[in-house]
Amino acid sequence: MMRGRLVRQLIGSTMTGLTYGAAVLAILPLATILVMLVVKGAGSLDWNFFVRSAVAPGELGGGFANAIVGTVIVVALACVIGLPIGIGTGIFLAEFGGARFGLMVRFVADVLNGVPSIVIGIFAWTWLVKPMGHFSALAGGFALGMILVPIVARTTEEMVRLVPNSLREAALALGYQRWRTSLQVIVRTAAAGIVTGCLVAVARVAGETAPLLFTALGNQFFSTRIAGPMAAMPLQIYVYALGPYDDWHRQAWAGALVLIVLVLALSLIARAVVRAKRQHA
Amino acid sequence: MTNRIIGLLAVAAGTALAARGAVAQETVRLNGAGATFPQPIYQKWVLEYHTLHPNVEINYQGIGSGGGIRQYTDHTVDFGASDGPMTDAQIQAVNGNVYHLPTVLGSVVPTYNIPGVTAQLKFTGEVLAGIWLGQITKWNDSRLTALNPGVSLPDQDIIVAHRSDGSGTTYIWTDYLSKVSPDWMQRVGKGTSVNWPVGLGGQGNPGVANIVKQTPGAIGYVELIYAIQNNIGYGLVQNAAGNFIQASLATTTNAAAGAVAHLDANTDFRISITNAEGAQVYPIASFTWLLVPKTMTDMTKARALLEFVWWALHDGEKYTTDLAYAPLPSRVVQLEEERLKSITVDGQPVLPRNYRGH
Amino acid sequence: MTDIPATVLQPEAASKASAEARWRALRTVSRGDVVYRSVLTALALLLPLLLILIAAELVINALPAAGKFGLGFLTHSTWDPVQGQFGALPLIFGTLYSSLVALVIAVPLALACAIFLTEFAPRWLRTPVATLIELLAAVPSVIYGLWGIFVLIPLLRDHLWPVGRHVLGWLPMFSGVFYGPSVLAAGVILAVMIVPYIAAVSREVLLAVPPSQREAGLALGATRWETVWSVILPYGRAGIIGAVILGLGRALGETMAVTMVIGNRHEVSASLIQPGYTIAAAIANEFSEAVSDMHLASLFLAGAVLFLITVVVNAIARVLVWRVARGSAIGSTAI
Repeated sequence: MMRGRLVRQLIGSTMTGLTYGAAVLAILPLATILVMLVVKGAGSLDWNFFVRSAVAPGELGGGFANAIVGTVIVVALACVIGLPIGIGTGIFLAEFGGARFGLMVRFVADVLNGVPSIVIGIFAWTWLVKPMGHFSALAGGFALGMILVPIVARTTEEMVRLVPNSLREAALALGYQRWRTSLQVIVRTAAAGIVTGCLVAVARVAGETAPLLFTALGNQFFSTRIAGPMAAMPLQIYVYALGPYDDWHRQAWAGALVLIVLVLALSLIARAVVRAKRQHA
Repeated sequence: MTNRIIGLLAVAAGTALAARGAVAQETVRLNGAGATFPQPIYQKWVLEYHTLHPNVEINYQGIGSGGGIRQYTDHTVDFGASDGPMTDAQIQAVNGNVYHLPTVLGSVVPTYNIPGVTAQLKFTGEVLAGIWLGQITKWNDSRLTALNPGVSLPDQDIIVAHRSDGSGTTYIWTDYLSKVSPDWMQRVGKGTSVNWPVGLGGQGNPGVANIVKQTPGAIGYVELIYAIQNNIGYGLVQNAAGNFIQASLATTTNAAAGAVAHLDANTDFRISITNAEGAQVYPIASFTWLLVPKTMTDMTKARALLEFVWWALHDGEKYTTDLAYAPLPSRVVQLEEERLKSITVDGQPVLPRNYRGH
Repeated sequence: MTDIPATVLQPEAASKASAEARWRALRTVSRGDVVYRSVLTALALLLPLLLILIAAELVINALPAAGKFGLGFLTHSTWDPVQGQFGALPLIFGTLYSSLVALVIAVPLALACAIFLTEFAPRWLRTPVATLIELLAAVPSVIYGLWGIFVLIPLLRDHLWPVGRHVLGWLPMFSGVFYGPSVLAAGVILAVMIVPYIAAVSREVLLAVPPSQREAGLALGATRWETVWSVILPYGRAGIIGAVILGLGRALGETMAVTMVIGNRHEVSASLIQPGYTIAAAIANEFSEAVSDMHLASLFLAGAVLFLITVVVNAIARVLVWRVARGSAIGSTAI
């Protein structure tokens, strides 16, 4: 059916307006969350919060130092364990993924993405905590790493696949071997997208609570021993939020604010690095 | 001559250094996990103990009573903690190698939010059971107005709240309801998780407290400390003697004293003190227990753990009231001392016979 | 005579050395390629291994419950830890229902955002807005839960519902009294959580549509919106479906945020404003405290059922994409 030009332009403008509205609507929850966290948590941020570990309930002056360091360590472990596997799988799927094996791996990654994080935590408990006989940051890192792998695999695959074939053909025509084409040309071009995918995944696992319940357990004391229990920010936030004390609640809000700011900073720094690399490349 | 002086000084310095080396100890680290209800007091204890004994780090995390029992059974923690005692089957799973050691007492209160009503309501066990069974559905039900003649209760639906996560608080609450209502015992029973006939599920004590705070006409059950800290009104409950009692630290300790008066010296402490007898007893109270092995394998760790538990049962009890936990009656502490002294490593008792704490 | 070089007609005549060189040049697979492919394959093999181990763990631990309840586990609604009777129908229903609500809200919203970012937004606005949307993925689920309790539920119950009740209250989907904690609240939170995934990947897919397609549409006289709707979106639909699957996976398994707003009630109800329950939320709530072996086994069995649901949903989506992707070019072999 042929619509008049005016009607079509009207539809176009309305739709454009709607997409503006959608963007606003999507950002609104984030805005209200940040406002909520700042209002409830910013007032509790002081020097103590960052340098002191947990103090006894009912006492004031405690902080999140043990949890902040713990999160950094556990997430770093998760990256070391999960990112190589995830990125490698993603490149595999993009380069060699047309065959049946590739289809199967892709399917497996999608299914793994749907496994609740608490099941991964229970799995890590069975395979690391129980044999070792104690809770550990290592087990926590393993659990988070296992959550990272399927997400990173799929996003890496998507990003590598988006590189136009002409680049590949040009490199091969110039005499590059397949593996060098893949690594030095294709993956390098997709690097920015891969990094973004990794960051989104790391940001997600940095905030996971359930898998750490049975692996890292949590620790009131400041610790950097990866073979023992370790505090983590989401865990401590969860415990404090569910506790009875107002001071704990205030610290939980403050902790939530710090966690989001940390993740945001991570995101922005990495983006800047990637942008700088691109300018020099 | 100078050589001999230097020699003597060297020996003196060496001895002094060696002595310091003997006094400075390696850090002993222990891990415990279990009930969330006593988590605040346990964490207070371990941190206070740490300032007194800087080389002992005891990490306690509240992952739930069931979790505590399971981790204890799987030997991933040095000690466990639970609001509900282990069953016979569970004790068999660890070959009987467990002592239940009560540490503090807690109580559970009915808390409500009725617009326009600020008075403290009176409840009986049957009425509470009736509400949670969904049989009493309106606030101005005759059974409630009969108990509270001076209060004008509105013609409004009662919105029931309960715990969605398994918890020791639920265990205490349902244990009490099972004792006072045969109907409840038959239809629902007691446990950390039960099949609730009606109601909204909140996560954790704060979850239930929030439902009550934000929903006009709601009623829920929470640990006493949450009601106090969150400034929400809670009602009086009728005890076995017929008196309507407000939950407080004193009435909670009374509940234990009443039950403990008949304690056998060989008790394993797995007793329920809900609906205990006594005039000034609050009926919905309970022990919470530490799960400690009867025989351990590492003498250093065992010594550190038992010295800590001893300290907690004696010096630690003075921190309880500030955190709204009721301390133990002294008879219970006495009996526990004997249990602690009987714990062994490779047949050797860990604590000396005349141990009095340090 | 033909123009075929003598060296080809009579290979024996050519020197051995040059034959070797030719053979080496014709061989395209070098040792580096073999190593590369082996390493990547080995890494990729870890995924199926992980899946098998997780599935095995779930199934083995679930056997006692499966043996006792059989298929009744899927059809009964009573969840009684004291009596040892477990029926997971409300859990399964709630999982599917809340995820459906989440998709219905999130897909149009995320797509609209992706289109906004690639087509209509002024250039200076694109990166900041994209970053903000992606930040939604960084918010921990516990924080979403708290936001749900303190912001979303009051908003829905006290501000939107009193109005919406008059318009929608007659529908069975909106029947009953709205206390706040509900499937609707869970669906909205899940939608907010999965929008960044769908939007981020869709945006990349849309960005990769060749400008020639866009220009062709415009050249044919379509408005910008019509170009988007009729040319660009279909071109990238396979990739977009992939993005939706990624988001759905997240929704099905989300635990913390859901359990804080869904009301946690073992009950099947068509109404969105009634409380419900999901498998993941039940496992999170009851696992640490589960005391009886049958309770634990039932939770594992529910987990195994969720696993099965995820597999089935992904399989259906995969078939869908395969049929749809035959028309489009982007990522057609990828998905």
